[in-house]
Amino acid sequence: MDTHQTSNEHGVAGTPAVSARNISKTYGEVEALRNLTLEFPHGQLTSLLGPSGCGKTTLLKIIAGLLEPTSGEVEVNGRPVTGPGPDRAFVFQDFALLPWANVLRNVGFGLELRGMAASEREAIAEKYIRNVGLAGFENSYPHELSGGMRQRVGLARALAVDSEVLLMDEPFSAVDEQTRRKFQEDLLSLVAQENKTFLFVTHSIEEAVYVSDQIAILLPRPSRVSEIIRPQGLRSKDVADIRRHPEYLDIVDQIWDSLRSYVE
Amino acid sequence: METSAALLCQMNRSLLLKILSAVIVFGAWEIAGHIPVSYGFPTFLESMSALVSMITDGSIFTAYLDTLRPLVIGLVISAFIGIALGLWIGLSSWFDWLFSPIFIVMQAAPLAALIPLLVLVYGIGLTSKVFVVCIMAMPVIVLNTSGGVRNAPSNLKEMGYSFLGTDRDIILKVVIPSASPIIFSGLRLGTSAGFIGAILSELKITPTGIGDIITYSRSIADYESMYAAIFSIIALAVCFLNLLERIERTLFGGNVRGYASD
Repeated sequence: MDTHQTSNEHGVAGTPAVSARNISKTYGEVEALRNLTLEFPHGQLTSLLGPSGCGKTTLLKIIAGLLEPTSGEVEVNGRPVTGPGPDRAFVFQDFALLPWANVLRNVGFGLELRGMAASEREAIAEKYIRNVGLAGFENSYPHELSGGMRQRVGLARALAVDSEVLLMDEPFSAVDEQTRRKFQEDLLSLVAQENKTFLFVTHSIEEAVYVSDQIAILLPRPSRVSEIIRPQGLRSKDVADIRRHPEYLDIVDQIWDSLRSYVE
Repeated sequence: METSAALLCQMNRSLLLKILSAVIVFGAWEIAGHIPVSYGFPTFLESMSALVSMITDGSIFTAYLDTLRPLVIGLVISAFIGIALGLWIGLSSWFDWLFSPIFIVMQAAPLAALIPLLVLVYGIGLTSKVFVVCIMAMPVIVLNTSGGVRNAPSNLKEMGYSFLGTDRDIILKVVIPSASPIIFSGLRLGTSAGFIGAILSELKITPTGIGDIITYSRSIADYESMYAAIFSIIALAVCFLNLLERIERTLFGGNVRGYASD
């Protein structure tokens, strides 16, 4: 726990918390990523946006340490990544909850794997279950929850291990439109409150512009970062007004213009 | 209150259905015995009175002592070695390559044809009978376990690794719980196959226990006792399977409640 705090102090807003340098990844003949370099500023939310097959999820899993790059390196707060680490937590697209475990155990599962005693991790898990708005569902099983509630469990599990970097792989793509809007608003306040760095994979242009401090547009064949867009005036706006802001609409149009030709 | 009343009603209904189906089967047996279908087919009540007399004179208990010994030893060996091997085969593709064919052949082989070989090597004693039980019970346990382990959801394993689980954590906390329904169905199939093996070995190797009662009473045309013995071994096998289901429910309650993907 001590290392968490010291490295949090090291991270200064604006400096990269995560940097990926010259990442290439090939699966046999298929080239998923070629010589990709990208920096993720501390305390901000960076979206990876691009058409399907452009290697967004591959890049995220390489940063998570779940996949090994064919060449290149990833650093988190200056330390090279060799595998999964306590400084990163993952939120999965398909939630990845244990069906035989109740909400309390699922949220505390990351802590359980770190060897924390049951009473301690349950206290922490209960706190984060309240934070994501699932109080009262501690003893429910995943199949008894709606899709949105399941992803709240996945989010609480990632928050409970208190990592500096949160890796989110299309976290809202499997929930319905209304829940997704609520999640996007909640995510904005989460980014504002927590001193964490968010890496957010999405295929939705609107979602990326709505939630991001920085949007990295990835293009396929070969995968590369084609553009980095930093919306300027959206953060200061009220969450309800962002979608009417001219900058929001301009950026959405601009991104669609550059992506259009890559979508079959 | 209403839900508990409904639950009670439901339980009563399933009990009622069980009793009803038993009444129908035994009633048909009784009628078929009266027609009679064959000279060698006693009625249900005659068979039951033969069973009662075997129970009162204690002969059925001494018979079961003989039958259960190879059965229980064989099943315990099959369960432990079978699950351990199945885990290994499911986790390592090299082990899979090495051992899977053996168990697939074992499962496909006609056991009765192998019994003379076993007798040649291990004699006519307990060892051969334990082997027969194991050959019957182990393949399905191994194959089910390895299949369940191999098909453990990869997204859950990935989740475990991303939250810093060690290989041991992933096996104990993700792979085995997710494979447990398939492992237990393998155990149930293995147990019923083990019962077949135990009786087969008593009919084919040396007549002891229940197998002895069946062959002896057939040879003296005491068909009531023969059917009573067959009936008792079926009843025992059903009880055994119910016990296994109870164990599964206490160990992995959450799995019975359903899956997130439901």
